[in-house]
Amino acid sequence: MSVEVRRVSKSFGKFPALKRVSLTVPTGRLVALLGPSGSGKTTLLRAIAGLEEVDHGEILFHGEDVSAVPLRERKVGFVFQHYALFRHMTVMDNVAFGLRSRPRRDRPPRHEISKRVRELLKRVQLQDFGGRYPHQLSGGQRQRVALARALAVEPRVLLLDEPFGALDAKVRLDLRRWLRKIHDELHITSLFVTHDQEEALDVADSVVVMNHGRIEQDGSPDDVFHQPATAFVMDFLGQVNRFPGLVDEDRVKLDMLHLPVDEATMKAFAGRAAMVYARPHELGLSAQPDARPSFPATVRRVHAAGPRVRIELVGPHNERLVADLPQDEVAALRPVPGVQLHVRLLRWRVFAS
Amino acid sequence: MGSGGRAVAPVAREPWLVRALLVAVTLGFLALFLLVPLAAVFVEALRDGWHAAAAAFTDKDAASAVKLTLLVAAIVVPLNTAFGLAAAWLLARHRFAGRQLLMTLIDLPFAVSPVVSGLVFVLLFGLQGWFGPWLRDHDIKIIFAVPGIVLATCFITFPFVARELLPLMQEQGSDAEEAALSLGASGWRTFFLVTLPNVKWALLYGVILCNARAMGEFGAVSVVSGHIRGRTNTMPLHVEILYNEYQFTAAFAMAALLALLALGTLAAKSLVEWRVRRQLRLALLHARQGGA
Repeated sequence: MSVEVRRVSKSFGKFPALKRVSLTVPTGRLVALLGPSGSGKTTLLRAIAGLEEVDHGEILFHGEDVSAVPLRERKVGFVFQHYALFRHMTVMDNVAFGLRSRPRRDRPPRHEISKRVRELLKRVQLQDFGGRYPHQLSGGQRQRVALARALAVEPRVLLLDEPFGALDAKVRLDLRRWLRKIHDELHITSLFVTHDQEEALDVADSVVVMNHGRIEQDGSPDDVFHQPATAFVMDFLGQVNRFPGLVDEDRVKLDMLHLPVDEATMKAFAGRAAMVYARPHELGLSAQPDARPSFPATVRRVHAAGPRVRIELVGPHNERLVADLPQDEVAALRPVPGVQLHVRLLRWRVFAS
Repeated sequence: MGSGGRAVAPVAREPWLVRALLVAVTLGFLALFLLVPLAAVFVEALRDGWHAAAAAFTDKDAASAVKLTLLVAAIVVPLNTAFGLAAAWLLARHRFAGRQLLMTLIDLPFAVSPVVSGLVFVLLFGLQGWFGPWLRDHDIKIIFAVPGIVLATCFITFPFVARELLPLMQEQGSDAEEAALSLGASGWRTFFLVTLPNVKWALLYGVILCNARAMGEFGAVSVVSGHIRGRTNTMPLHVEILYNEYQFTAAFAMAALLALLALGTLAAKSLVEWRVRRQLRLALLHARQGGA
């Protein structure tokens, strides 16, 4: 079941949460809605579910306009950040709730409901927990019950609102891998909201980056990370180093060095100020200046714990820089605080300043 | 939170003399203003023996006062339960213009003197009141009749259920209800299987308080009732009449029955209160650690 959002707007009082947002999710995809708080990602998810009425625009499931279809008839599975389990019901009753709520003519017979519930509990690895109450489960187990409950009604679309937001780091990691596995088995079109870029890049087929009620970029994890469409996406998906510059013909002039730019950038910024962005792993360091363009910077701190080394430096104008290098490359440099190194840009992107 | 008997750090502890003094003052106060009067009611009622006290209830007017009190409670409590649920749900789940005003209005009966509340109804429905002529023309009696007593009691007791439910419903949020709806449950099914079980103890607590006040209300009822013996006398009004007529044994016997009702309510209240605190604590706990 594909999901299409067409020019949807939604305001809460005077605050515009969504501004003419359009989005297409092909059948069977697992999509992350990523953005800072207040970016509109949760509002978009709730609008797709029918938990929030939109002011303008349409929402289509498989080409059919469902904007006017109320929540309970929209047939979506919704998983809440805080699980929203029915606390006075057992795990089994929670999972069975949707099937038991169907009108009599669509309701499966009792033995079939309990069979389905058992299958689902097995799928979420909670087959021995059917008789427990939610307060007797851990956070990760509760969220699995919530997922089983949402899947029980065979939803057309699965929507998850910060599903791992309330869990601790280790459980988060396990659970997101496990969500991917379930998705690969069921192929149900799914959207999940997160503010954790690592989670989005790790799990999703495609990532929709949102900011201020608009979609900044919609692409594969690879795309949004390596080909960010805007400065915001670049900034939000990891650390960046920023250098103010001026685009002049086929190059951008920074304070200490000139970098060549492509034709599109040339046209877009001809003769104007721009900001050059490079990620920490896109900086190269050397002990001595060589033929390649570089500028000097002083080592401030070195974080060597981990597979790669993160080096904080201070540039000639007191600007803070971060470089991220493999361990063996760093060994030759012997960086200690106070040492001067020479910084090169291996890769960069130019955005409006 | 204070419910557990957490040990107080030695630095924060007062010298034993101060503690003893505080305890003595509290207990003395309690005895003087609560226990002694309560005991006096029962002692006075039984001064002439069981039979004399029981005789007070065989009186036709006394029996009708008891009946009227029960009837008023039977009408008012369900009405205010429904109203309280609706108001708490509206205030907890929705943001709308005038929400703050409605919240304040619910507290109005707490703020206004009961006598004034009673007078308002007289002003509205009495013979000289706004709707008086119309009511007289249609032969409807509200003031100095049972409907007036019900109205006044309703007004006085309507904050109890709503006030009890509101904080709990706000704390619990609407996630569970939204989940039920997204699973295809109807509004009624969601209400009876999700909303109501989540607040059942707080609801019961509110109902008990509401009932206690409905049976015991004097001021507002006194103004609208007209004290017609055998017809518009409730138990508290009947006590006053008997007392004014120097029928002390009967007055205290009736008062003792009211006191017993209150004590029973109090016992039920403490039991339910314990459950409510548990429910609220669970809700808070879940909210904090992102619970069910």
